[in-house]
Amino acid sequence: MAQSYVKKDDDRDDEVEYSPFMGIEKGAVLQEARVFNDPQLDARRCSQVITKLLYLLNQGETFTKVEATEVFFSVTKLFQSRDLGLRRMVYLIIKELSPSADEVIIVTSSLMKDMNSKTDMYRANAIRVLCRITDGTLLTQIERYLKQAVVDKNPVVASAALVSGIHLLQTNPEIVKRWSNEVQEAVQSRAALVQFHALALLHQIRQNDRLAVSKLVTSLTRGNVRSPLAQCLLIRYTSQVIRESGNNTQSGERPFYDYLESCLRHKSEMVIFEAAKAITDLNGVTSRELTPAITVLQLFLSSSKPVLRFAAVRTLNKVAMTHPMAVTNCNIDMESLISDQNRSIATLAITTLLKTGNESSVDRLMKQITNFMSDIADEFKIVVVEAIRSLCLKFPLKYRSLMNFLSNILREEGGFDYKKAIVDSIVILIRDIPDAKESGLLHLCEFIEDCEFTYLSTQILHFLGIEGPKTLDPSKYIRYIYNRVHLENATVRASAVSTLAKFGASVDALKPRIFVLLRRCLFDSDDEVRDRATLYLSTLGGDIETDIDVRDFLFGSLDTPLVNLETSLKNYEPSEEAFDINLVPKEVKSQPLADKKAAGKKPTGLGAPPTGPASTVDSYERLLLSIPEFANFGKLFKSSAAVELTEAETEYAVNVVKHIFDTHVVFQYNCINTIPEQLLEDVIVIVDASEAEEFSQVFSKPLRSLPYDSPGQTFVAFEKPDGSPATGKFSNILKFIVKEVDPTSGEAEDDGVEDEYQLEDLEVVAADYILKVPVSNFRNAWESLGPDCERVDEYGLGPRESLSEAVNTVINLLGMQPCEGTEVVPPNSRSHTCLLSGVFIGDVKVLVRLSFGLDGAKDVAMKLAVRSDDETVSDAIHEIVASG
Amino acid sequence: MSPSKLELCPSVKNIILLDSDGKRVAVKYFSDDWPTNSAKETFEKLVFNKTQKTNARTEAEIAMFENNIVVYKFVQDLHFFVTGADDENELILSTVLQAFFDSVGLLLRGNVDKKEALENLDVILLCIDEIVDGGIILETDPSVIAGKVASNSIDSGAPLSEQTLSQALATAREHLARSLLK
Repeated sequence: MAQSYVKKDDDRDDEVEYSPFMGIEKGAVLQEARVFNDPQLDARRCSQVITKLLYLLNQGETFTKVEATEVFFSVTKLFQSRDLGLRRMVYLIIKELSPSADEVIIVTSSLMKDMNSKTDMYRANAIRVLCRITDGTLLTQIERYLKQAVVDKNPVVASAALVSGIHLLQTNPEIVKRWSNEVQEAVQSRAALVQFHALALLHQIRQNDRLAVSKLVTSLTRGNVRSPLAQCLLIRYTSQVIRESGNNTQSGERPFYDYLESCLRHKSEMVIFEAAKAITDLNGVTSRELTPAITVLQLFLSSSKPVLRFAAVRTLNKVAMTHPMAVTNCNIDMESLISDQNRSIATLAITTLLKTGNESSVDRLMKQITNFMSDIADEFKIVVVEAIRSLCLKFPLKYRSLMNFLSNILREEGGFDYKKAIVDSIVILIRDIPDAKESGLLHLCEFIEDCEFTYLSTQILHFLGIEGPKTLDPSKYIRYIYNRVHLENATVRASAVSTLAKFGASVDALKPRIFVLLRRCLFDSDDEVRDRATLYLSTLGGDIETDIDVRDFLFGSLDTPLVNLETSLKNYEPSEEAFDINLVPKEVKSQPLADKKAAGKKPTGLGAPPTGPASTVDSYERLLLSIPEFANFGKLFKSSAAVELTEAETEYAVNVVKHIFDTHVVFQYNCINTIPEQLLEDVIVIVDASEAEEFSQVFSKPLRSLPYDSPGQTFVAFEKPDGSPATGKFSNILKFIVKEVDPTSGEAEDDGVEDEYQLEDLEVVAADYILKVPVSNFRNAWESLGPDCERVDEYGLGPRESLSEAVNTVINLLGMQPCEGTEVVPPNSRSHTCLLSGVFIGDVKVLVRLSFGLDGAKDVAMKLAVRSDDETVSDAIHEIVASG
Repeated sequence: MSPSKLELCPSVKNIILLDSDGKRVAVKYFSDDWPTNSAKETFEKLVFNKTQKTNARTEAEIAMFENNIVVYKFVQDLHFFVTGADDENELILSTVLQAFFDSVGLLLRGNVDKKEALENLDVILLCIDEIVDGGIILETDPSVIAGKVASNSIDSGAPLSEQTLSQALATAREHLARSLLK
């Protein structure tokens, strides 16, 4: 074999000449198809011509309607020939030509004759062809034959009828449903694939009848299903039944689990894997249920077949997201996969390990990855970098080795996306882990010494300008930055000049030296660099007291959204009046929509990237800061998720986000006008706070104009007692002026009518004052808070549907972060302990230990233990529960 | 047909046979995911380029493209691919691939290369037709598939009788037995 392969490479040119389809042309082949009309049919020749036609179709050639009809008609003549091979090719080309209804009639009688032939091959194929091309009317004529074929003793014929039935069920369900009895009989067939096809059809016929499906599954799981494929199907149906039976069987074993587990010992790997996958997908699967499935998947990990290894590691990777502890047993096998030839397997193994690994294994793992990184493609490297980033945020103490790893790979070869992923990761680590700041900044400095990407250099220089001056010894960064002024292109040089100026502005001690450096930049060859240097020199050199505005403009962040600035500049017409940046609107348009889209997008592909740090809060904060009236409210404590205040598909869609400050609450109403013929102006929400006594309205900001389908925001602010978790109910009415819009010109009329629109009520609840903040080790955190401010009490929750329902209710009431997976209640438990952590308004850390017990019938009792730094906060938590 | 209708039934999205330059030998698509010929060609190109350098000659290999699972195996200058949805059982797809691969091997009597495949394109197309029907797996046993295809490719110009048919089948079986022994 190897020999002939080598030989072929040698005379490849000859081989190309050898193709029977060399120089083939549609027109010529269509001409050739005339042989179909010969009175004396040459079966061999006809077969060859059909093959050529099929070749053309296969290569993406298309026939015009006329051509297709012509070929079809001449092909029908070939039914005269009794040549088996030719008949097969005729069947094939009829399916490919997909004739129209009036053409189908021509072949119907021929095909029906074949359906009743003694030759099994004719019958099977004629059924498949006829069912593929037929429409409903014809079907009633042949239904009788099809029914018979379903129980035909030849398995090929039976399968052909059953598979055709599955296809026909989509278009003619009422006919296929009448075959129920025959199909049921076929399920008992001794032929493996007939059983598979019959089971698939029977399930589809009954799929809307839950009870029937459940019965089917019950009887078959006890019985004897021979074919592995049918067994896989049965496993899928069983999981569906389990899913639909839902949580109403909290007591007793999960139904059918035993069956799934027994499939793990099946002799076919396909079935074993299907069962293992089904078990890992079970709703609220327990670790006891998982164990046997994990064990077989672990065996697959060391298989010699890549497909098996891939299937197993992919499933385990998914399990690791929800049950990392269950997968740790496989870690050793997983590590040997890091060097797998198949890079998909290697990457899945790595990311699984990063999820399951504990703090102590991080160093070893990093060593392994270092060896592995050099020979994988960039796209996989990015997956690894993202996994490292989330690992580092999980184990902040390990930042040193992880940061070293990142800086090492930053020095190696790599494309832009890869380098950007690394730089982004380092930036995030610097921001979130204070200890990592100094070393991270130095790594970035070293990177720009030899960075080929202008974009990354400028980004890093900008970041240095912000973070560098805040470090203990800002002077050590100056050298790196000034080197850029000598060695780089104009864009980077300009960026470096700005960074230098920022150091000069922030660190007085450095100012004289920065002046010297900036003066040297005045002789740069590039305009932009010289301009910047000149500007900064004059700004920095001026009197600080008087030039505070200029400094703010240069070094403060731009509080005007760039999009708005761009539109305003485009609309500005040169005139006597200078452009005034203060007139540019500062509200960010359509921002929540974009956020929603990003959040809704399911991460796909290999090892879904971890979601970055909450950017929604950042953008809300920026949005609120842009409104001067809110500036003195202090730091934003929490923004709630958006609560819809209108039904879906109404004229105006409004939702609200609650922003909590220490002494204020701001409601941000996001409004969308869904009527193209209307323009709304002076939109405001009138809030009635009579059921929220502790709140008093201080300010409301109307929305000047709300055109069709472009989201806008209006705000209402309330004052509330400092630090108290005041709650209340607010009723809302949307008030506005409606102006008709001419749909053709898009112009609004001058006169509007005042109108109101009733919105749903809105509540501020206790959970709004608590931030979900996870702790990595609950026990340590609990011990370190100590018993000084501990408050313990017991509550009766009354009769509840189930223990897990009670647990969820309390978690939602408190709005705290469940720790260590304790929000999941194992089925059949009579008691459960749930651990919660969070931060209470006023930045007080709170930990909660909830112990639930089920007594007698359905009565749930709960013991609530709260620890925090402040006993009033501990009491407040109890109040929330007592009144909730 | 939309995948939702067959949601629980194992299904195959396409079967692709390419040569060592990534050119089509035979392809069959069962899913609407690639509505146009150019969409199909783009997918084939992507799959070919990304798998070209891997060693899929002794064991079938696997990868993911555009949220699909692709299992593949190469022999000589031929590249065999089978594609399924990303939640499909990988082992079912690899069974289909193996069925295709082995039955082509049987039918071409072990001489599996591009030249042989093009010269017997009818056999290859019939083979695909016998393995999957409209996305549903029809048969996975290579010898059964090859038997079904071979029994048809015997050239029997004479009028048919039960006897010539059984003769034809006998010859086919003999061929198969020989090729299996190779």
